[in-house]
Amino acid sequence: MLWLRKGLNQPVKTLTVKKSSASTLPGLSSGRPAPTASKNAPLATICPTHALREQEGMMDVDYARCIHCRRCHQPSLKNQMAWEEGYHWAEIRSPSPRLPGAFRHSLHMRVVDAGDCGACLNELHQLASPVYSLHRLGIAFTPTPRDADVLVVTGPVTVSMKEALEEAYRAMPGPKRVMAVGSCALSGGMFASSFAVAGPVERVISVDIAVPGCPPPPLALLDGFRLLMGTASEGPVEGTVKP
Amino acid sequence: MTPASVLEHILSQHAEMSATAEVNWIRIAVQPSWLPELVGQLAPLWTFAGIVPENDPQPQSVRLLYVFYAPKGPWLGIEVRNHGQNVPTISDTLYAADWQEREMEDLFDVQFEGHPQLGDFVLHDSHWPEGTAPMKRHSWEIRQKVNGFQDLGTPRIVEAPGSFVMPIGPIYSGTAESIQFGLETVGEEIVFAHIRPFYKYRAVEKLLEGRTPAVALLIGERIDGLTALAHALAMAQAFETLAGVQISPRAKLLRVFWAEIERIRSHIQVLAGILESTGLSVPANLIQALEEELLQISGALTGHRYLFEVIRIGGLRRDWSDADIQSIAKRLALIVEQAQRILDALTFDNSFLDRLEGVGTLSPEKAGTHGLVGPVARASGISRDLRIWQPYAAYDQVRFDVPVQAEGDGYARFRQLSQEIAQSYRIVQQIPRMLMPAGEGFPGDGFRITEARTAFGYAESPAGAVLCGVSSNRQGMVERCRMITPGLVNWHAFPHALRHFAFQDFPIILATFGLSVADLDR
Repeated sequence: MLWLRKGLNQPVKTLTVKKSSASTLPGLSSGRPAPTASKNAPLATICPTHALREQEGMMDVDYARCIHCRRCHQPSLKNQMAWEEGYHWAEIRSPSPRLPGAFRHSLHMRVVDAGDCGACLNELHQLASPVYSLHRLGIAFTPTPRDADVLVVTGPVTVSMKEALEEAYRAMPGPKRVMAVGSCALSGGMFASSFAVAGPVERVISVDIAVPGCPPPPLALLDGFRLLMGTASEGPVEGTVKP
Repeated sequence: MTPASVLEHILSQHAEMSATAEVNWIRIAVQPSWLPELVGQLAPLWTFAGIVPENDPQPQSVRLLYVFYAPKGPWLGIEVRNHGQNVPTISDTLYAADWQEREMEDLFDVQFEGHPQLGDFVLHDSHWPEGTAPMKRHSWEIRQKVNGFQDLGTPRIVEAPGSFVMPIGPIYSGTAESIQFGLETVGEEIVFAHIRPFYKYRAVEKLLEGRTPAVALLIGERIDGLTALAHALAMAQAFETLAGVQISPRAKLLRVFWAEIERIRSHIQVLAGILESTGLSVPANLIQALEEELLQISGALTGHRYLFEVIRIGGLRRDWSDADIQSIAKRLALIVEQAQRILDALTFDNSFLDRLEGVGTLSPEKAGTHGLVGPVARASGISRDLRIWQPYAAYDQVRFDVPVQAEGDGYARFRQLSQEIAQSYRIVQQIPRMLMPAGEGFPGDGFRITEARTAFGYAESPAGAVLCGVSSNRQGMVERCRMITPGLVNWHAFPHALRHFAFQDFPIILATFGLSVADLDR
């Protein structure tokens, strides 16, 4: 009872983002480089993960590889990549990632750590904090893949975790979706060339939603769930809590 | 007897042992057969950090450096050459070396004579044949088994009637990291606990070979994302020692500033885990919201919520205005005050205390034989802290205490974390006043490593001592790099803390240790 009262005495901490403010609140997202005209961009060789690629006069960013280390954005460079704020980072990777309508208000996820450094996992864990309060959106963690609608995979998929990951995917009932979280899960990131890494998630199981970032901030993760649940573009972030 | 006099005594007794001064440590070359005796003499006063491998000029041979350190003393590297022949085990005199030797056997194919349990550790035998030794020199081709069948079972040693093994993992509960436990039981009590790590082995140390220091740092901070800055700091300091770079006083203070913010955030995260494991969701959520606030402060000021890419070799990625630093210190005051209020209230909550007191006890003796580091060691009465023992960055300029608890149980670890937050906050508050004028000395990548030699870099991460042993070559690339992380040391003792406690205590004991699997698996 003591703690219940203490909890109720606290102000509402849940974050609501007004539709108008598309830009990031400071500290909610690290931002990432944006495609820049080649004449203003640094050399592609500056990128430690080879995420920069020149195409038709534009320096493009492969977000699956980008770890936003800011090497292409440091002040000492003559030409810098433009930096974009925001968190609408989730990308669709399969023809029909959206789950049927029944899942709009109820989605269970099983998180599989396939070699994560801990940062992506902690951002997922942070979703359950009062600040993001993902339960109000009908999303919940489940301990078993048997109850899961979506498998959230983080990390570069190590050789030793590959079979466990396949087994977890097989155990899920249909319809099921896979969300790959973080640059490691999408491209191997800094660990891509390791002999102990079996490759990005899509080499093991098919991926429906990709959320790039190192780590992707919690709001970008909610953006991924929005694509799965088919809620309005700002839906999950907007929520229903009044400040 | 002091650590220094023990060393002097040993050197005077054995004239054939040559001690040479390296860049920031002392090398003592010995015959393999001398090793157990020497270790036995050093061990009571010197702390064993781990084994750092070093390339030998001769092909197909490796030098093992058994690294020891002591308060205010030098770092010692006892060098043993290995070309093919066996090395006597030291894990019977120094149990802390157990996992270190098993790692060296799996990765370098060094055979330790007398070690009872070698093989199938880092590289799971279901995927790699025994003797793969990927870290050995010239092992370019690392063959994986084609039809490896993964055995997810755990070993079993208890033979009492009705006994069984409760397997947990590698995938279990919420956002837990992948690791496997086997809890042997005859009913309610955990009689024996096994632990099977390295499901997440990413071969970081192999990956670091042949990299430039700047790229090595990017990999190093991704070993454990939640204590990234401390790992980066340890590694950067090793490179700075190799290159002979001087760090400006302002950069040193700012490194301490961010390192302590990381410590506060990491401790708050562990505390939130403890509260969650005991089912107190209200305080757990309140604390977790404070963690998010710290992440946002870090993100707003450094551009990364987990402080990646803050440390650069030679300084930091950027400088902050004095006003920025002061405003963080102010915001931190509110966060720490709220956290302390919640933590203080918990010390009066009987249902909470009942689940922590006398649970998961690790006696000072056990903690000593395992050579534990960090808050887990300090909660068991071992006052071991690199910030005091080997002050790096600006830790010799700030005033702080290292709290120590005597009991070694779950509640001691809880109190330890909450007292360390107060001390870290004390350090952070001192820094704005001490800062030199802004804009002084933040060198870019203008350093150069020209000599082939080995240096140690070390830092006290929120979870304990991180040691980074780097050998460079003449081109300034990494030849060998070994990261001895608190995870590697402290997980070793975790199964012992489980013994003779009940099943329902398992998640609580796990949470009070606050260990990271990524840190262990590397």
